[in-house]
Amino acid sequence: MNPDKTQIDHKKILPYGDTLNDGKVQLSFTLPLPHNERSVQAAKTLAEKMGLNAVHVAYAKPLDDNFTFFILYGSTRHSIDYTALQAAILDEEVFTRQETNEYISHHIGRKVVVVGASTGTDAHTVGIDAILNMKGFAGHYGLERYEMIEVHNLGSQVDNLDFVQKARQLNADVLLVSQTVTQKDVHITNLTELVELLEAEGMREHVILICGGPRITNELAKELGYDAGFGPGKFADHVATFMVKLLAARLKNTKKSTSC
Amino acid sequence: METKLNLDLHLIALARTLASAIAGDVHAHIEKFTTVSVERTIVRLLGVDGIDAEEVPLPNRLVDQLNQKKALSLGAGIFLGNAILTLKLSPQEIAQQVAEGKLDITSLPLQPIAEIRHVILTQAQTAINTIIRNREQREQSIAEHPDHKGALLYVIVATGNIHEDIKQARAAAQQGADIIAVIRTTGQSLLDYVPYGITTEGFGGTYATQANFRLMRQALDEKGRELGRYVRLCNYCSGLCMPEIAAMGAIERLDVMLNDALYGILFRDINMQRTLIDQHFSRQINAFAGIVINTGEDNYLTTSDAVEEAGTVLASQFINEQLAKRAGLPDEQIGLGHAFEIDPSIKNGFLFELAQAQMAREIFPHAPLKYMPPTKFMNGNIFQGHVQDALFNVVTVATNQQIHLLGMLTEAIHTPFLSDRYLAIENARYIANTMADLADEIQFRPDGIIQKRTNQVLNDAVELLSSIHKDGLFKALEKGTFAATKRFIDGGKGLEGVIHKDPDYWNPFAQLLEGELSDES
Repeated sequence: MNPDKTQIDHKKILPYGDTLNDGKVQLSFTLPLPHNERSVQAAKTLAEKMGLNAVHVAYAKPLDDNFTFFILYGSTRHSIDYTALQAAILDEEVFTRQETNEYISHHIGRKVVVVGASTGTDAHTVGIDAILNMKGFAGHYGLERYEMIEVHNLGSQVDNLDFVQKARQLNADVLLVSQTVTQKDVHITNLTELVELLEAEGMREHVILICGGPRITNELAKELGYDAGFGPGKFADHVATFMVKLLAARLKNTKKSTSC
Repeated sequence: METKLNLDLHLIALARTLASAIAGDVHAHIEKFTTVSVERTIVRLLGVDGIDAEEVPLPNRLVDQLNQKKALSLGAGIFLGNAILTLKLSPQEIAQQVAEGKLDITSLPLQPIAEIRHVILTQAQTAINTIIRNREQREQSIAEHPDHKGALLYVIVATGNIHEDIKQARAAAQQGADIIAVIRTTGQSLLDYVPYGITTEGFGGTYATQANFRLMRQALDEKGRELGRYVRLCNYCSGLCMPEIAAMGAIERLDVMLNDALYGILFRDINMQRTLIDQHFSRQINAFAGIVINTGEDNYLTTSDAVEEAGTVLASQFINEQLAKRAGLPDEQIGLGHAFEIDPSIKNGFLFELAQAQMAREIFPHAPLKYMPPTKFMNGNIFQGHVQDALFNVVTVATNQQIHLLGMLTEAIHTPFLSDRYLAIENARYIANTMADLADEIQFRPDGIIQKRTNQVLNDAVELLSSIHKDGLFKALEKGTFAATKRFIDGGKGLEGVIHKDPDYWNPFAQLLEGELSDES
């Protein structure tokens, strides 16, 4: 049975190579095997086990005597019911800098205090700088350039405990944590530790907690107890929009509950 | 000097004069101090190694005792020599007894100073001889198997497990890598001790230990023999243990060391006095061992803009060069760093990259320049990333860079896969071959974009050097001159390990290393 080649069925989404529903996938991997006909067969069989039909080993190259690199193409047997997915999807509206400043003026009425750092042993500041620095990244100005946002960039290798203390001193509204180096999932341990510390200090509910980095997804962030996570392709404007909306909503709720 | 850029030679000379004066002022300050890491290096070179039951390195135990007794201002060498004379024990036995709490070496009656010096200089000769032997062995290997034409291909391994690193390093060497750098685990730079033994766990890299150095060296020597090449080994001589790592590298025959004068201050918040004292002794050791140092100017560009900060990079290269020369490093061992980090969306960005690289080549004609690949604007699009790396490779070839740190298409995603490294090497070799003699064919249009750009950058660098000279380097760092980062003279980590020298202070190796160096010249 050939899948229909003309209609998009959102209950059965397949990858698109050059024809609807052809299911085409490209992948590459290395096997710890010498390069010979058997190892090429091994690569093909592995791809079939991964759910690919019509596997084509386009390229095989020995990396040394014991390793071979493969590039393969195939058609996946699996499809996705797009209508049934429940991803933690961030609000897609993105404010401009001007809009964010106006939103803060109207709904919060004072500067928003943001404290950011690359925490734990992570020495990379690329991520946190991209979001916070005046200059920003790839044409998106950082939060330092927003008049209504007060930014404290603590830099890299900041201990979680120091981070929490500093956040308290500065009366932070929003905490931004960047994790760039992520070998063996060290970022997860580190991010979890921060949440636990904030809870132990009774601060968790008083701050908006956001993490970011190349391996962070919003889904992962929520699972770890963060309000949001920003991965590749997200810039200061995304972060700003999310945090000011949430902060305004929270302040409104707090007012309500205290006035009751 | 041959110049395709029509650079103003007087400005270059002025920049060097200013940088030399800056380095001179720094030197006058740091000469008054020693550090715990300098002293630990001395006792390591005198033969103290290993750890105690609590896994504290014996060099730390010994130097900590001296520090607690306020005795370090004379230097560890004097006390260790005195203990050797008095107790007739080896340095290692003495350190063990100190670690076990059985011995206070500051309480021993002081023997005649001439005898102490004699016994220490005799003891020191073992390490000195090992280092000389290593240097000769390297020179001999390279003489037997001369390097290929063009830049040396430098790749990184970073699995955290030295045994996995070795597999990856062997594969990389097989594919054509000339230099293997074992990235250190994140956070090691802030440890005030050097971990011990063979290690299999790390984050974003592998612990730099002497045992790991030795294993990798053996593996690369073995692979090199098989390939008929000399495969160089690189590690990181930075952080709070800068000179100790230098000593370990000299003893285990590393060939290249990241060894920047300012990196730890700016990017690890290590106290500036501590780093500048440590870098001097570490560079003396590297100089003596024939190890090529690499400086870290590329790092500025990961936090600052590559177009705007070009002058800062050049100014820092001048300062690094002059500080290195004061430590006895010849030009051929000063691998100044720079990087291909201009935003790909900038019009003519490639021309600015070409300009910067050619300028560094002309201003530092004998330095084995280390050229770093794009990282900041690598965003997970591996296909685009491979193109960026290819353009970077073109600049490397077109401007005769010498140490070519290969970019990985998966930068910003993960530490390199075996196959990522293969693709990087393939890319670099393709370009090195297809453009082999491109550099000789290129001239730059008089007063064109590239010539104008380089002269502007040189002007900016001279201006910056003048202001640093006026303020002094310490003050300039406090003002946030480099990498938009402000550091304070009494701030940062490791200041407690800086000790004012007594007039009778003695570092036997400073003397030996300088002596041997000046004998040669």
